[in-house]
Amino acid sequence: MIVVLNNRVDRNSFELLSKARKLADKAFMKLVFLLISNSKKNIEELVRFGPDVVILALHERFERFSLDPFLSTSKKILEKYSPSIVLAPATTFGRTLMPALAASFRTGLTADCTELDVDEKGNLLQTRPAIGGNVMATIVTPFHRPQMATVRPGVFEIEEQKKRNTIFVEEPVENPEDRCQLVRVEPKQAGAKLEEAKIIVSVGKGLRKKENVELAFRLASLVKGAVGASRAVVDARWLSHDHQVGLSGKTVKPKIYIAAGISGAVQHLAGMQTSEIVVAINKDRHAPIFRVADIGIVADASWALSELIRRLERDDDGSRR
Amino acid sequence: MNFLVLVKQVPDTEKVKIDPNTGTLVREGLDITMNPLDAHALELAVSLKEKFGGSVTVLSMGPMNTVDVLRNAIALGADRAILLSDVALAGSDTWATSLALARTIQKLSIQYDLLICGEKSIDGETGQVGIELATLLNLPAISYVSELIEIGRDFVLVRRSVEDAHEIWKAPLPVCLCVLKSVAEPRLPTLSGKKKAMDAKIEIYNVKDIKIDPEEVGLKGSPTRVVKVFNTKVSRNCTIYEDKDVPEGINRLAELIRRTLAGEPV
Ligand SMILES: Cc1cc2nc3c(=O)[nH]c(=O)nc-3n(C[C@H](O)[C@H](O)[C@H](O)COP(=O)(O)OP(=O)(O)OC[C@H]3O[C@@H](n4cnc5c(N)ncnc54)[C@H](O)[C@@H]3O)c2cc1C
Ligand SMILES: Cc1cc2nc3c(=O)[nH]c(=O)nc-3n(C[C@H](O)[C@H](O)[C@H](O)COP(=O)(O)OP(=O)(O)OC[C@H]3O[C@@H](n4cnc5c(N)ncnc54)[C@H](O)[C@@H]3O)c2cc1C
Repeated sequence: MIVVLNNRVDRNSFELLSKARKLADKAFMKLVFLLISNSKKNIEELVRFGPDVVILALHERFERFSLDPFLSTSKKILEKYSPSIVLAPATTFGRTLMPALAASFRTGLTADCTELDVDEKGNLLQTRPAIGGNVMATIVTPFHRPQMATVRPGVFEIEEQKKRNTIFVEEPVENPEDRCQLVRVEPKQAGAKLEEAKIIVSVGKGLRKKENVELAFRLASLVKGAVGASRAVVDARWLSHDHQVGLSGKTVKPKIYIAAGISGAVQHLAGMQTSEIVVAINKDRHAPIFRVADIGIVADASWALSELIRRLERDDDGSRR
Repeated sequence: MNFLVLVKQVPDTEKVKIDPNTGTLVREGLDITMNPLDAHALELAVSLKEKFGGSVTVLSMGPMNTVDVLRNAIALGADRAILLSDVALAGSDTWATSLALARTIQKLSIQYDLLICGEKSIDGETGQVGIELATLLNLPAISYVSELIEIGRDFVLVRRSVEDAHEIWKAPLPVCLCVLKSVAEPRLPTLSGKKKAMDAKIEIYNVKDIKIDPEEVGLKGSPTRVVKVFNTKVSRNCTIYEDKDVPEGINRLAELIRRTLAGEPV
């Protein structure tokens, strides 16, 4: 049995289910989605991604993640079903709950996987980047169960399945204890929406100054895309961290990724290699980014972005006439 | 108030090389340093000690050269430094690492109100050790702590940064905090700090001292096995537009965008 564990029904859940469905078919295992949450929001959508069973553990306590109540509840349910594989998204939720579960079950946990497979013995082959994206490591947990992995959001394709008769089971949740107490929640402003964008305009230090980042926003709004950034730009506080693409930022998978004034450090590449078409704009003909680009434009980044904006605005006018 | 900070020694990853034949890391000749995030964790503890009194203990598991990293921690304001070092520990994964650290804390009866870990290391970078350790010690734990707002006799108030919000949590002491960079800006060691560090005694223990069964730790005790380490090779066939061809490149890009927006194949 493979369990996909999350605290909400979202893109991460669909990505994980899509991948886990393939693993389950290959290994002749059942696929279970375990939702620990305060709400049933979107649960009907789950059936499109092929779980055999959906287990619901619902309680008002689960509105926001806290380790104690989520650990005691998930532990109890996993003990009951004793799955062979447990997967969760590598979000702040999964990265906190999963290590606690692994420690409780005395089993292995592989962090932040970007590739998963199963071998003929039912071993999960877990591949993940480490050492600043310099290497990939494939890790197995041969003798301990469950095998556990967190999976990087944005790396697996969302794939719908043909309908099957998904069974919904509600597990009772007794008032779970929490030693910590939530005092207040301050929402962050809406994120950069990089995960869903078809076109990403990503900016690096080669934009020279903060004001020039405005060009990326103008271009992004023109193409209904989103603005990404290198870490250097985030460190310089030109943009907030939720724009950051890369190892310590987001993994993205747009149709077009425009890297403007970005050198192409491995840590950046770790987050954008999954893009369909990469366009690099850099004034240095030898910048490493060109090695991973399909189209390379050797030019000043701000100038090239403004030219592109002008060009697209002209197209726009043309079509309206 | 007593603070226990976990520090890991890491290779200087900027200089990491990969053996082209075996695809494994060349660890020989690499400088080691304190995991950068742990320096932020240590600074948080030292600054709290300066304000409220008490002591700061640093604990590390690693090879013998970790002593240098611990000396540096003393130069930065730690009072006591403990190293768990033994060949039996080589190859420990996060479970085995956490187990060894938990046993050490228990066996030496290290007293602490706050157990502080970095969010993750720059080599293994799993970010799992802090939470696994807290679970083995049955401590409450808060991850992704971006700021310590207030600390009282028996509680701590922290800000936690998650995807959609900042959360303010109140936790009882003792508690384990896994912290982000923003909790404190590390200081530079002072001359007197360096002097103190030179004379300081680093307590070194092996698995026997701690009564750890060698079968439980190291490669043997680790549930995970790294079966392959390989280099990430990516290359695409890049069409370069430079000098007088630049406008053509921009036109091509505009066309690509137009087709994508229209949902046409590109
Ligand atoms: C543990 C770790 C994690 C990291 N995680 C990330 C991450 O998630 N994401 C990330 O991006 N980085 C990450 N980094 C940092 C990464 O190593 C690089 O430092 C960073 O990506 C560099 O950003 P940059 O390319 O914008 O800046 P720079 O390296 O300064 O490069 C600027 C580029 O712009 C070009 N340029 C200069 N002027 C112009 C101009 N007028 N027009 C056009 N081009 C110009 C230059 O030729 C150069 O190629 C991480 C590093 C570490 C150690
Ligand atoms: C390429 C590669 C991939 C790996 N992948 C995995 C994996 O997926 N799963 C797995 O279980 N193991 C994995 N390991 C092994 C893992 O790196 C080691 O177990 C390591 O000792 C601890 O994990 P970490 O470096 O990820 O630390 P993290 O969990 O990222 O460190 C978080 C904090 O815990 C504290 N800490 C961590 N280690 C120590 C220590 N030795 N002494 C004192 N404090 C410490 C520090 O405060 C640190 O800031 C991998 C190793 C390599 C080389």
